[in-house]
Amino acid sequence: MAEDMYVPLQATTLRSEEMTETERFFEFKLDSGEPLGHEPGQFAEVSIPGIGEAPISISSSSTRSDTFEMVVRNVGNVSNGMHQLSKGDKIGIRGPFGKGFPVEEDMKGKDLLFICGGIGLVPVRSAIQHVLDNRSDYGSISILFGAKSPSERLFVDELAEWKEDDKIDCFMETVDKGDESWAGNVGLITTCIPKVDHDISNTKVIICGPPVMYKFVLIELEKLGFSHDDIFVSLERRMKCGVGLCGHCQINGYYVCQDGPVFKYSDIEDEKGAI
Amino acid sequence: MSKKAVSQSELENWVDSVIQGHKTYGVKSKQDKYDYGILENASQLKLDYDVTIRSPKFLFLPAVESIASFNRENAKYESEIENEAFVVFGVHPYDVVAINQMDTIFSQPNRDEHYMTRRNNATIVAVDVQTPSEDVFAGYMGTATVEEGFDVLVTRIGDDAYLIDAATEKGEKLIASLSGANDADDSDIQSRADVWEENKNKLRRHELEVEPSEWPELLKKSVESPLWEEKSEKCFSCGSCNLVCPTCYCFDVQEDVNWDMKSGKRVRTWDGCMLTNFATVAGPHNFRADKAERYRHRYYRKGAYVPEKIDGEIACIGCGRCINACVAKIANPVEVMNRLAEEK
Ligand SMILES: Cc1cc2nc3c(=O)[nH]c(=O)nc-3n(C[C@H](O)[C@H](O)[C@H](O)COP(=O)(O)OP(=O)(O)OC[C@H]3O[C@@H](n4cnc5c(N)ncnc54)[C@H](O)[C@@H]3O)c2cc1C
Ligand code: SF4
Ligand code: SF4
Ligand code: FES
Repeated sequence: MAEDMYVPLQATTLRSEEMTETERFFEFKLDSGEPLGHEPGQFAEVSIPGIGEAPISISSSSTRSDTFEMVVRNVGNVSNGMHQLSKGDKIGIRGPFGKGFPVEEDMKGKDLLFICGGIGLVPVRSAIQHVLDNRSDYGSISILFGAKSPSERLFVDELAEWKEDDKIDCFMETVDKGDESWAGNVGLITTCIPKVDHDISNTKVIICGPPVMYKFVLIELEKLGFSHDDIFVSLERRMKCGVGLCGHCQINGYYVCQDGPVFKYSDIEDEKGAI
Repeated sequence: MSKKAVSQSELENWVDSVIQGHKTYGVKSKQDKYDYGILENASQLKLDYDVTIRSPKFLFLPAVESIASFNRENAKYESEIENEAFVVFGVHPYDVVAINQMDTIFSQPNRDEHYMTRRNNATIVAVDVQTPSEDVFAGYMGTATVEEGFDVLVTRIGDDAYLIDAATEKGEKLIASLSGANDADDSDIQSRADVWEENKNKLRRHELEVEPSEWPELLKKSVESPLWEEKSEKCFSCGSCNLVCPTCYCFDVQEDVNWDMKSGKRVRTWDGCMLTNFATVAGPHNFRADKAERYRHRYYRKGAYVPEKIDGEIACIGCGRCINACVAKIANPVEVMNRLAEEK
């Protein structure tokens, strides 16, 4: 009998660390010893036996290790189950699935502008790591990250490194609402976009964030004159299979699990309900 | 391949002999309607039925099925695949077309071993329609008759005469017990051609004014039609139209823990895009919160999205089940396509 694509592989939790009040960081390794073999921006279906399965982005780049990292927000059944994981605990993994960021085809040789809101940083981090590890293949690199509040910032150590990193040309952070611990920018992420020194004709933009963010960021990019062919978005939908069958992830004729989650904006801008 | 001409009693004897040797499903009466069930003897089989409540898709994609077992301790999942040969009697041509479409969907590009194992285990005995149902429009959809996807085709060609046609090796094996029966002659084959001609015209209970091949283009131009709001206003989001449709195949997956609390099963169940929370994610954010959007989505799946996956074939085979199942009387694909054509 041929292989059953619905059966997860076993993997082990190497690290499980609190990141914010609602997000937890994990490092996993497949028990087979094989690397997951993912590309930046892809996702995997994570199984917590007895609870179920959920699609979770792979947050690390395969250029760094045979393990893979994830960050999960505690919102429901599976994510709750993941928040109970300790070092050594087993999970199930299917994937990687989907089309990630076009780090090879479209992005090579270009200036890159990453715009991430909140948990949107999680999938984009894999692409940022990838381009930093292949730095000479790309032009300038700009990263914008916005969080609701300082306590909701993710990967704070890495953010600090990026701020100092010579390989990154422009790094900007903002929070919607500051507090006494915060000396940085306050305001929506859209306010940072015009402050970047763009070479519009040679830039690819990568956007990932909550559904509301896309609209406003896209309007801002439009004002600056970015071509829709140069913008990539990573979208979330409900997913039950990851293989184009269960029907849950459809945006009209597109299956986000297979045709996405990363889309070129010009491909989907006319699709009703996509953004 | 063999073609046999048999009498009613020869046919029944054959069905009984098949029942002896195989797990056999067939179309049976269910109060004043019809449905598939296990056949215990040939007299239960209704070959002159109009339409079955359930389409035969449940034989390949059950409403509830276990797809894997798991051990909670080590997260080890093991595939559970139902692997039992069976025969099904009485599938109408339009439902055979639906099965053919599902076969493509569940094998390409990603192969669903659960569906395909059941499918390969099945021997399908199709039956040409004798009594058109109230709402059938297969004649317009090119599905009133069918040329492939079955193992045996049975056609009533006279008062006490049937033509039994084996189309595959599996079918040939199944009709081996008819070896004494007469081979069909040219006039039998002509009689069957007449039945086909007649059925193409008879299975037209709703008048479709748009060629199926024009559906995708028409839909593409109709995204903003007022019809979606208008019709869906009455929708109960009950999902009945999804449930009865032979080409609806969306599913949900859940897990059940066994009493021992250590093991359990991963269970797949039918789902429906007309149900309110089909597209809800955390937040909660529902990407199709508006019932007009869900209503529109269903028609686009039938007439535009799924066809892209199956070589342009329209994923509505004109069985009319949704028309009958919808309490609000808004699920008729013929009405919708005709209206959209008028608007253009
Ligand atoms: C490609 C992709 C990548 C993703 N990456 C990440 C990631 O890196 N990190 C991360 O944390 N999340 C990620 N997600 C989101 C994550 O998959 C979802 O949040 C998922 O639902 C979590 O599963 P759960 O079992 O914990 O939640 P569920 O138990 O499924 O519940 C989630 C929420 O959905 C709503 N809901 C679900 N079902 C219903 C219903 N029937 N009726 C009403 N409301 C309902 C509820 O509001 C609930 O809050 C990603 C999603 C996709 C598609
Ligand atoms: S949409 Fe209605 S008529 Fe068409 S195949 Fe489905 S149930 Fe039958
Ligand atoms: S059967 Fe009718 S009322 Fe029920 S979901 Fe379908 S269209 Fe709506
Ligand atoms: S997740 Fe099932 S079709 Fe995309």
